Amino acid sequence: MRDPHVILRVVSKFLIPFIALFAFYVQFHGDFGPGGGFQAGVILAASVILYALIFGLEAAKKAFPPSWIRIGMTLGVLLYGGTGVVTWILGGDFLSYGVLAHDAAHGQHYGIIAIELGVLCAVATVMIAIFYAFGSRQPEPDEEDW
Amino acid sequence: MDILSLFPAWLLEQGPAFIIVLPLLMGAITAILPSRKPAWWAALIVTLLCTATAFGLLLQVYSEGASLYTMGGWDPPHGISLVIDALSAPVLLLIAAMAVVTVIYAMPATIAEVEPKKRAPFYAAFLLCFAGLMGMVVTGDAFNVFVFLEVSSISTYALVAMGAARDRRALAAAYNYLIMGSIGATFFVIGLGFMYMETGTLNMADMSRILADLDGGSRVAKVGFGFIIIGLGLKLAMFPLHTWLPGAYAYSPTKVTVFLASTATKAALYLLLRFTFTVFDPSFDYVGIVLKYILIGVGVFGMIFASLQAIFQTDARRTLAYSSVAQVGYMLLGIGLATAAGLAAGYLHLLNHAIIKGGLFLAMGAFWYRFGITRIEDFSGLSKTMPWTMGAFMISGLSLIGVPFTAGFVSKVNLTIAAADKGWWWAVAVIVITSVLAIIYIGRILLAAYFGSPPLIDGEPAKKNEAPLMMLVPMWVLTLMSIAIGSNILGVGDNFVMASERAAALLLGTGG
Amino acid sequence: MFSVIFEQYNYGIVIILMMTGLYVVFASRNLIKKLVGLSIFQTSVFLLYITIGKVAGGQPPIVSESHGEDHASLEPVLVAAGNAKEAAAYGAGHSDVLYSNPLPHVLILTAIVVGVATLAIGLSLVVRIREVYGTIEEDDINALDYRYNLEGIED
Repeated sequence: MRDPHVILRVVSKFLIPFIALFAFYVQFHGDFGPGGGFQAGVILAASVILYALIFGLEAAKKAFPPSWIRIGMTLGVLLYGGTGVVTWILGGDFLSYGVLAHDAAHGQHYGIIAIELGVLCAVATVMIAIFYAFGSRQPEPDEEDW
Repeated sequence: MDILSLFPAWLLEQGPAFIIVLPLLMGAITAILPSRKPAWWAALIVTLLCTATAFGLLLQVYSEGASLYTMGGWDPPHGISLVIDALSAPVLLLIAAMAVVTVIYAMPATIAEVEPKKRAPFYAAFLLCFAGLMGMVVTGDAFNVFVFLEVSSISTYALVAMGAARDRRALAAAYNYLIMGSIGATFFVIGLGFMYMETGTLNMADMSRILADLDGGSRVAKVGFGFIIIGLGLKLAMFPLHTWLPGAYAYSPTKVTVFLASTATKAALYLLLRFTFTVFDPSFDYVGIVLKYILIGVGVFGMIFASLQAIFQTDARRTLAYSSVAQVGYMLLGIGLATAAGLAAGYLHLLNHAIIKGGLFLAMGAFWYRFGITRIEDFSGLSKTMPWTMGAFMISGLSLIGVPFTAGFVSKVNLTIAAADKGWWWAVAVIVITSVLAIIYIGRILLAAYFGSPPLIDGEPAKKNEAPLMMLVPMWVLTLMSIAIGSNILGVGDNFVMASERAAALLLGTGG
Repeated sequence: MFSVIFEQYNYGIVIILMMTGLYVVFASRNLIKKLVGLSIFQTSVFLLYITIGKVAGGQPPIVSESHGEDHASLEPVLVAAGNAKEAAAYGAGHSDVLYSNPLPHVLILTAIVVGVATLAIGLSLVVRIREVYGTIEEDDINALDYRYNLEGIED
């Protein structure tokens, strides 16, 4: 039985990894130019949502299980808050990155990388969770209907 | 006995950040906790710790003066600063204490009202709302106010919608609240944008210094002030902008109603005080005009119209909700007077009303829990079937009216004296009229409860079925607090009055 | 007069979008359209903030940093943390590049996230209303609730 969406499926199989890679590029480029956690999280979530649109919500849920997504939301917030708690433990004020390393400049670097990672995790998983929540309310259409 | 030395030094020093961060992180963890009991314990422990921290910070402010905490080690005006002073510390303690009371109450209430697999996210949303409210009160940076305002508001929209399991009108009420709340927050941001254009800074202390140098600022500052007042007015249910409040209070889960009625509007009123008196100064002519004509006008109209609307409701929860709008009018009248006595009276009413309304809504929730009662005509005979709960409701109701020896009497007397000092006898008349209207709408409920007979269930009068202990204890704690403030038992009333006077002195710049 | 309009066209666009969004929120009786109006209203506020951040003749606020001298180029950051006056004096002496203001961009990023969260909750409320009431027209919902209020029974 010929797959009615073979072009879409092949092209997206090429593109989705590049979209995810672009997300990580934006994430790490945030230190030097426009970018950062929120933008990268949305792009990463867009790649997962594209996968869900083309291959079906069930396939996306097998690749990114909802339980992982829920843990990811909490993990993102905890990474951000945890950086602040670490700075508390090391004796500074909340989120004063200067105490994280041997001098203030490197401490700022480490601190920003850690919190942006937390933001990426939280934003990507929240976007995916919103999509799963809306997408699961109706049964999926059959292959030939779209 | 120096209670302040019992607190660890680290807690008092890092307290402002701790009190926001703990509920925020625990809220994230609570969302993935497996079942309901750990979620409730997490909420209880977090709110108890935050109450202890808030109490310690309050004692520190009264003994050592205002404190400034720099977030991230960056000094203001570059960094975000958290400020604890005589204005914010009592509100902080109020919100934390009301959170503890509602969490204890929530144990039986949410088992009845929220389905099992949604209870852990319910407590998580509650902790996020709590963190947002704490942040709003503590922060000293204007845009940070917006961020925490929206954190608490968005959690509130979700919490109100959770009442849909009990009453499907909660969904439309939550949607209406969302639209109006978002418009309010966006107006606040627009006003803030104009203030940033005028002063170039977002730190509230810096903004007030620059505005004082500019002697009130140009038209940009006036427009900004207008937008900020309207935005905050939507959040605190100022008279024509209050239409979201009856729906949100009536149909949400009872724990959420109690928490909202005691904290959300009070925190927004605190922000109004902060912006009107600290950032802007009442000596600027446009601020003086807004205070004198708009806040007082809106307050007086709100008092009268909302009290009238409260009389004609059939649903008891909506009666109490409209009564809340009227009480906000009292506070606005006190603020609009802009004298030390008026501000102190308005601030005292802010604290007292939270305690009174909290007690009333807790009792309402207990009536629903046992008998499914929401309408006034169903109240008949409740004094015989639920005597302790009805007793708490009656005492809190009398306090709302302003009967002597209760908290409401103290704040209304102070407000009347402040209005009379300024020679505004029409304001005194309005206060008396609205107290009479309060007698009518509270009296209707008490009449049905004490002079009606219990309804017949299966042909027999309903038997006595008191509310569970975990609901009775918070209710009576608030009721006894209200009596203690009114009759000055153990000097509690004096402490509240002193707190309000110190806050008013800080606002008018005559003291710390 | 035309020069005033051409210089301040951004405010004109902001006002048009703001009023359009508010009008759509007030006037439409469909729940999804109200959310659309709210989004337009919030977008106008974002435009207001970002357009006032542009400094005429300013560069994008990106500090170019080569890896060997990262300590020196971070000095302004550390000085600014201490004292505003020192930082201003430092900046006046060292930088001869005019940067646009980066602060409004950060504020708007936060506001965009808030707007997305509000939209997500609003849309999920609309989905639930549709499931419970069967309609998303406000007039029909009010009519159904009117009968519910009077009779206290499900429809």
